Amino acid sequence: MNVEWVHPGLLLIIGAWLVPLLKGRARQVAMIALPAAALVDCILMQPGTHGVVPFLGQELVFGRVDRLSLLFSYVFSIIALLGMIYSLHVDDDAQHVAALTYAGAALGVTFAGDFLTLFLFWELMALSAALIVWLRRERAAVAAGFRYLLVHVFGGLCLLGGIVLYWSHTGTLAFGDLSRDAGSAAFALILIAFLLNAAVPPLGAWLPDAYPEATATGAVFLTAFTTKSAVYALIRGFAGTEILVWLGAAMAVYGVVYAVLENDARRLLAYHIISQVGYMVCGVGIGTELALNGASAHAFAHILYKALLFMGAGAVLQVTGLRKLSDMGGLYKTMPVTFALYMVGAFAISAVPLFSGFVSKSMVVSSAGESHRATIFLLLTLASAGTFLHTGLKLPYYMFFGKDRGLPAREPPSNMLVAMGLAAAACVLIGVFPALLYGYLPFPVDYAPYTARHVMATLGLLGFTALGFFALLAHLDPEPTVSLDTDWFYRKGAVVILNWSRGGLARAEDFVAQISDVVMRRLVLGAAANLRELDARVIDATAVGVGRVTQATSRGLSSAVSGHAQHYGLIMTAGVLAAIAIAIFAW
Amino acid sequence: MNPPSRSALRWARLLYGGLAALALSEIAVPRLFGTDHAHFWFEDLPGWGSLYGFVSCVAIIVVSKVLGKLWLTRPENYYER
Repeated sequence: MNVEWVHPGLLLIIGAWLVPLLKGRARQVAMIALPAAALVDCILMQPGTHGVVPFLGQELVFGRVDRLSLLFSYVFSIIALLGMIYSLHVDDDAQHVAALTYAGAALGVTFAGDFLTLFLFWELMALSAALIVWLRRERAAVAAGFRYLLVHVFGGLCLLGGIVLYWSHTGTLAFGDLSRDAGSAAFALILIAFLLNAAVPPLGAWLPDAYPEATATGAVFLTAFTTKSAVYALIRGFAGTEILVWLGAAMAVYGVVYAVLENDARRLLAYHIISQVGYMVCGVGIGTELALNGASAHAFAHILYKALLFMGAGAVLQVTGLRKLSDMGGLYKTMPVTFALYMVGAFAISAVPLFSGFVSKSMVVSSAGESHRATIFLLLTLASAGTFLHTGLKLPYYMFFGKDRGLPAREPPSNMLVAMGLAAAACVLIGVFPALLYGYLPFPVDYAPYTARHVMATLGLLGFTALGFFALLAHLDPEPTVSLDTDWFYRKGAVVILNWSRGGLARAEDFVAQISDVVMRRLVLGAAANLRELDARVIDATAVGVGRVTQATSRGLSSAVSGHAQHYGLIMTAGVLAAIAIAIFAW
Repeated sequence: MNPPSRSALRWARLLYGGLAALALSEIAVPRLFGTDHAHFWFEDLPGWGSLYGFVSCVAIIVVSKVLGKLWLTRPENYYER
């Protein structure tokens, strides 16, 4: 690696180990300085190829720097910075090290120019994210962390298998557009790995399973990196893959449906990550310049407002210890600032005009329109209504209004509010001045979000979603339930399989025992008894018979064998004479 | 259910008034100031956004609740048993 290029990801991954060495104020300075340095590093970076390392006759590229990787690196370092500010009060070095490593690994994925480097940081990301989940140090979190890790190890294996196949039949490890290999096993395996990390159903249940089990601060990091680095990887490798259009649109609606049923505040928001990533995946599938710009812009905006929403729910968790909507209510009186900042995030995700989601999401929806995909357009617009319904209406209604339970609450620590304020400011800034974001998109932007028709149709959509919400409010009360998702297969299904195999095993053992009973007792022992009978009757008799014959013969012989030398000499002479007689007379 | 309070009624009136104004302006404003064209014919229906927003919201709630009741929701300790 040359001196004039410093990998911002390695800066975070290695720098993270400073945190446990420092105490008090110095540690807080390091926690902010590290991601800030990474951000400056990204901003100063020049497009080109850096950090090339020869390895096994291949070139590992740690620094593929272009407009696409730069855009994602900016937002990844920004959110690492905001997340560290949000967790400044946390006195747990392990969490900070894990979070910085996680952010660094995401930057590593972003700048990876070849598959091996990508795989390396991909796995580091899975491991550090599982650590973040574990570090809540509660039974449920540990279990969820293990499920998270197992699912991602599976994804990692798919990726590795795909990489090896790709390497073997193209002879290169360079990570680029894979459309020429469409339909091959390598293409499919790598796509599955990327879709798993993007939480595309049916491979996405790990997300709402694990994220709400992390700490209030850890979850903020989790929302940002894994799914969006997967979106980045999809843009790189799979732009224009038709199946992504439909998976993305289905995903956008799927998240919304589950959010209706959800009672855990952060799990509701987690389902909306799936919904929002659906827009990005759909954009990647449509694959036009507008759509890819939209997917990138939406990833950028989404990371900021989703972190803000998780920060808001995390602040409520931090102060009240509550995570279920059915336990909350009336918090606007004691947490007005948190409420206001949360609502900025809610308006941004709902694509209210003048907030960031409006200028990013609409690029994807418009690209569906421009490519004449009416069904996709309608599905994405429906999911927009659902997004506002949950994150803009249901969650804040039950959390901050609803039934006032007189909960003892106050505003969270000031560092949390500062982080939320900065994220909120970014959401508004992008919404009011979209050119700030559009200028950094991978393709030149020729798109105007603020047209009379678009603004009015959006306001109408949101307004009448609110009408539907208040009309059906009585049916929306959160219920203390969990919802089945595809994680059932490895959570409940594994138990069923285990029980079944236990039952099966017992039956098999019984069967073997019966067989051995039949074979051993009846056949073997029976045969042994028969053999003994045979032994006694035939063989013994034979042996005795043989013995008697031998005895009789030897008795006869012993009478012949007298032991006197003159008898032997006589017999030998008789024999010699007989031989001479035969020789003479036979001839 | 308690009879709605005076302030709730005022809020409700404000909501309905606002929504009516919104629907009317959604029909009027693009016709007066709009220069951009629609992608699909249905976007030109009067009050398309408002209509589709309401339909979407009701459809999402009803479909999800039915799915939840029939199939998806389980008691909270489902996975611990």
